[in-house]
Amino acid sequence: MTQTIGIGCGAGFSGDRTDAPIAVVNALAARTEPAFLILETLGERTLADAQMARRRDPSAGFEPLLAEMLRPVLADCLRHKIRIVSNCGAANPKGAAHLIEDLADELGIAKPKVAVVLGDDLTADLPTLPRSPWEGEPEGSTIPLDKVVAANAYLGCQGIVDALDGGADIVVTGRVADPGLALGPLRHVFGWAADDWDKLASGILAGHLLECGAQVTGGYFADPGLKDVPEPDNIGYPIAEISADGSIIITKPNGTGGLVSERTVKEQILYEIHDPAAYITPDAVLDLTEVAVKRISENRVAVTGARGKPATDSYKVTVSLVGGWLGEGEISYAGPNAEARARLCADTLRRRLSRRELAVRSRIDLIGVSSIFDDDGGSLAADSIGRAEDVRVRLAVDAPDQATVEHATQEVLAMLCAGPAGGGGARRRHVERIKTISCLVPKSAVSHAVEWR
Amino acid sequence: MSCPRQSTAQPIAAVPLHRLAHARSGDKGERINIAVFAYRPEFTPYIEAALTEASVQALFEHRGAFRVTRYHLPKLDAFNFVIDGVLEGGVNGSLNLDGHGKSQSFRLLSALAHVPYDFALAHGLLDDKTA
Repeated sequence: MTQTIGIGCGAGFSGDRTDAPIAVVNALAARTEPAFLILETLGERTLADAQMARRRDPSAGFEPLLAEMLRPVLADCLRHKIRIVSNCGAANPKGAAHLIEDLADELGIAKPKVAVVLGDDLTADLPTLPRSPWEGEPEGSTIPLDKVVAANAYLGCQGIVDALDGGADIVVTGRVADPGLALGPLRHVFGWAADDWDKLASGILAGHLLECGAQVTGGYFADPGLKDVPEPDNIGYPIAEISADGSIIITKPNGTGGLVSERTVKEQILYEIHDPAAYITPDAVLDLTEVAVKRISENRVAVTGARGKPATDSYKVTVSLVGGWLGEGEISYAGPNAEARARLCADTLRRRLSRRELAVRSRIDLIGVSSIFDDDGGSLAADSIGRAEDVRVRLAVDAPDQATVEHATQEVLAMLCAGPAGGGGARRRHVERIKTISCLVPKSAVSHAVEWR
Repeated sequence: MSCPRQSTAQPIAAVPLHRLAHARSGDKGERINIAVFAYRPEFTPYIEAALTEASVQALFEHRGAFRVTRYHLPKLDAFNFVIDGVLEGGVNGSLNLDGHGKSQSFRLLSALAHVPYDFALAHGLLDDKTA
């Protein structure tokens, strides 16, 4: 029986570095143990974007950078039997599978065996499904069914296990719980039972550490002088070596930048964790309270102590809703008295929105004085009046319709001629938004399927 | 950075938490978590004293934070703070440039910890290590 497998992660979100999989695949190819490449490209925002893209074009709605990510590594993965598991299917997994087959043709290689995991899309069934609130939503929040664009359940890893058991070279999914991209291969290779909670917990922890790519190998980490990261332009994406007993080592390809240290691993262990004793995934509930890290050698860290509890009887479902329009307009002021001119601009913008009776929710940032820490009312900016000499005023507005948003941002452009002295660099943009709300649906009401191409 | 002050016991230095701890933010919906890690295990009591549920809620009250829960993870030299209501619409509804709240870990690290002056001196906490 195989004792260790290697799982590398080549992408941690949609928009990640598209050359990252190359070093990971080269490192996996040099190993003798079974190896898998996972590409995690789906967030709450990304799935909403994908649903919008599919509404505009029925052949779209999967990871837009998929071809760019896979082209340099697809042939090597197939040659070295590195099987690929990815949620790149987003709102259109069949479309992603189709693209992969076309890519194989383009590269002149044999058609890979692609399996598509379906069942996460609950859009049609949502009105009749029994639903209960998710704990993170404000109390009393309800789902306006007339505004629903899509609803997707976070499936467990069983569909991925089935696909790998069936011999898939590549498994494409829509929404599955991110750690399942690693847990699926582990259950497939080691034959862990679906109720072997401590083993599943180790697999979920490994998947959790991998799923954000560089975030465990020196990305989202550097703080110059305190936490330095070598070669941040060439960060090696992570590889987890996992044994049949559930022990985990996190490392990265040789010859790459970045770093794997106790600190990088600790930060990622608690990333997006709420109650550390109960990280709920569809496959098991992970208890992190006894988890410890230990450096073994340079860029190799062992992670131990994951414990599992039985899975709950519901799936978390992300519901995407028509969200109106976001508009942003910006203009800059610099030099003597710049902050005062920027503040005058902001005050004038507020008066203009009011004078024109534009029904928008709005906020104004003074970038260079106070922005991302502030609230929509600007209370920090009001308390920190100073003499900043390079300030960018940013108006952000939200309204149900595009025209109202455009009227509001037009007021920023008008500041070029009608605003304070020396305003320059005005820009604006408008995007249609999808909002999301989460709820729980009983597992018994949802089923997954594996479709073979 | 440091301002030793007299007390009946021993002088105390006010040190930015940024010197004692590193931190990472994550989000889900309207909720963010900020995990805070002691650079050295012996810093933990000062971090614990500086970052109570009430003091963290006060740091984010202007944005609507209505609940903070603190979890201690001694094996990771860490505290995990779960903060509800802080994103003013979440990643898909916020007007903030940082709708995820990714930058908020550094708001927390800008809080001050009160450390015995001799301890701060011995651990180099009074030197500016930032680049």
